[in-house]
Amino acid sequence: MITGTAPAGAEPDAAHLSAPGPVFRPEDHRPERRRGLRDRLGSWIDRHLKVLFIAPSVAYIATMIAFPILYTVYLSLTNSQGAVTRPFDMVGLENYTHWLTDTDRFWPATWRTIYYTALALALEMVFGLAIALLLRKSFRGQGIVRAAILAPLVATPVAIGMMWMLLLEPNIGIVNHMLGNLSLPRLGFLTSPGQALTTLALIDVWQWTPMVALILLAGLSSLPDEPYEAASVDGASRLQQFWYVTLPMLWPTMAAAMMLRAVDALKSFDVIYATKGRGGGSEHEVETLNILAYGQSFEFSQYGRASALLMIFLMLIVAALAVIHILRKAGQQ
Amino acid sequence: MSITRRNLILAGGLGTAGLTLAACGGGSPAKQDEDVTDITVVSGNNPWVQGLEKHLDRYAEETGVAVHLDTYGNEQLNDQYKVKLNASDDTFDVMVFQVQDVAREFARNGWLLDVTDRVEAESDWGWDDFQEAAREAVTVDDVVLGVPLMTERHVVYYRKDLLEKAGMAVPTTLDELEAAAEALHDPGSGMSGIAMRGQAVAAVTQFSSFLYSFGGDFQADGASALNSDAAIAAYDYYGRVLREFGPEGVTSMGWVEASALFAQGRAAFYLDADSQAYTFLDESSSSVVETVDFAPFPAGPAGSKPYSIVPWTAGINSFSRKQDAAWKFITWATSQGMLTTLMSEDTLPSPRQSSWDDDAAAGSFPAGLVTNVQATLDGVVGHDRPQVEQVAQAREYVGAPIIASINGEDVPAAATKADEQLQELIDAEAPA
Repeated sequence: MITGTAPAGAEPDAAHLSAPGPVFRPEDHRPERRRGLRDRLGSWIDRHLKVLFIAPSVAYIATMIAFPILYTVYLSLTNSQGAVTRPFDMVGLENYTHWLTDTDRFWPATWRTIYYTALALALEMVFGLAIALLLRKSFRGQGIVRAAILAPLVATPVAIGMMWMLLLEPNIGIVNHMLGNLSLPRLGFLTSPGQALTTLALIDVWQWTPMVALILLAGLSSLPDEPYEAASVDGASRLQQFWYVTLPMLWPTMAAAMMLRAVDALKSFDVIYATKGRGGGSEHEVETLNILAYGQSFEFSQYGRASALLMIFLMLIVAALAVIHILRKAGQQ
Repeated sequence: MSITRRNLILAGGLGTAGLTLAACGGGSPAKQDEDVTDITVVSGNNPWVQGLEKHLDRYAEETGVAVHLDTYGNEQLNDQYKVKLNASDDTFDVMVFQVQDVAREFARNGWLLDVTDRVEAESDWGWDDFQEAAREAVTVDDVVLGVPLMTERHVVYYRKDLLEKAGMAVPTTLDELEAAAEALHDPGSGMSGIAMRGQAVAAVTQFSSFLYSFGGDFQADGASALNSDAAIAAYDYYGRVLREFGPEGVTSMGWVEASALFAQGRAAFYLDADSQAYTFLDESSSSVVETVDFAPFPAGPAGSKPYSIVPWTAGINSFSRKQDAAWKFITWATSQGMLTTLMSEDTLPSPRQSSWDDDAAAGSFPAGLVTNVQATLDGVVGHDRPQVEQVAQAREYVGAPIIASINGEDVPAAATKADEQLQELIDAEAPA
């Protein structure tokens, strides 16, 4: 039996001819490298376009926010002092326990921070709402009044501190001069340890109530008319309208204003520092957490201690925001 | 090539990477001195810098080196240094600093260049001409950290018209000072018997002369001495005169507030540094130009022992890459001619003895002040605050009993607490 195979180079059979043969495509014959350089990168960019567009902001946040916070956390676990380039050791949570058990400076500073914020915030919301309600109705000279109440907002904090210091100076200040003329007792204001913190909170109220009023005014002007019409049809008085219609509808705006002001008031520094200097006065009478932390890092060069204090302070701010957030949710329901 | 989204991102990415690399790449290698065309001087606001500013153009003409001057308020200055030097900043060369406050800390951080060899090598410039107390003040652990720019002493400013009217002599002892302050104290007409610093931290330096004159010091034999009998007596005296014959709100007063009261004619006595004399002799800001006079610090139980210190010193940033140029500038700005000129033009209390021997320069000062300077060359104390590394912290401790005393609280208890705190600080700083 003769078996054989087709010789090499023999004609393909009919079946092969009729089948579609391999088609010449130029890209299949391009060197692999050239294709990789442009198209591969290009298609990678296309696939990751979303990531790439947000990358610059992520990089910015990483360098400007995340790194400092992480470095502060790291420093807070060390005994770094003098200069950060000096050798230092890890001390675990020692700095945190130092502060949390410090009844001399830390806890008084914490209560002062809370007192200052709560007082300023409460008065700013009340006065801000009152001013917003007054300015809601149009009247002659409205533009001038609106511009005038904004004046404290545009002034520089340090200049504000200096101005109030001069006005309230107990020996030569004009306020005590006027009190004297009215046969009222003279007050120490910023110089009296018992009055200084309240005075500073009132300066904060003077400066920031206009901003609260502006925000609430914007909120008021966006409220719909229908609920008011319905309320008057039902015979609600002006006070009832305010209490049952205006306040609930304005609540989200008020919560937003409170959140803004709470963060600002908690971290108040400039006016306090400008009027009372380092350490918050001779008896630390206006030493808030921010002033305490500043002293620890810039005066005492205690970078480990200061970092731990700032981390605790950060947690306090987060807690305050959480409380306001919960209040806001509760108010909306 | 058209600009596509893809190309834009590529270009942006490469650009950012390039900038980052450039920023991280560090600077060029150290410059040669002859390449230097400009230097930067950072300073607090003081009479030396105010006077020198007028002469800086001349320095640029003579040497071809332009001088950039950055001036800060005293408290901001130290913050600036701490922020910049923690980052090994080399963008400034000459640093003017408060030797008493920061020298130990900065030296241990390695931020100040040791200029011991340089001051001794400059024979024409004359290191020996600087007063001995001034040279000692800028030397820490046998290392010279800079050149003294001015000196200051504790002095009594008083209203000669009021004393004459009351028929009283100028007080020469602390008891006489208290009696005179009592006699002239008239709060009803807005006149305080005495004005001094009452703010806890600010008062420490002015409290020092009282402490020494009562026979005490902040430290003795390397240990805290804040609850010694002398210290308690000094605390008691300082607080008592301010409580009884001082102005309202004195615990909030630094030198700015206290001197303003005296300048406005609302205090009979003011005790502070003699470098402030010019503020009372300036008609635009003082209503006591004709009536102010000067007296030496009164004697206490241990005699009259005021501080005599160097408030400002010019040193070199150890990260600077223009250290030779910086040194050249310092020698020019502290030369005999320059300091004597600044003394006669701007009443700068020169640290050079030759300036005080120069009649024309010394003549720019009121006679009472010059007498006081010459009289207090001996018997003075060369420091006005605790000599530790963490001076700011120590000042807070030392200041607390001053406040307790002004408020009429328990001074010995406050002094004992301050003593413990200062001792703890001294122990913590001791080399292991």
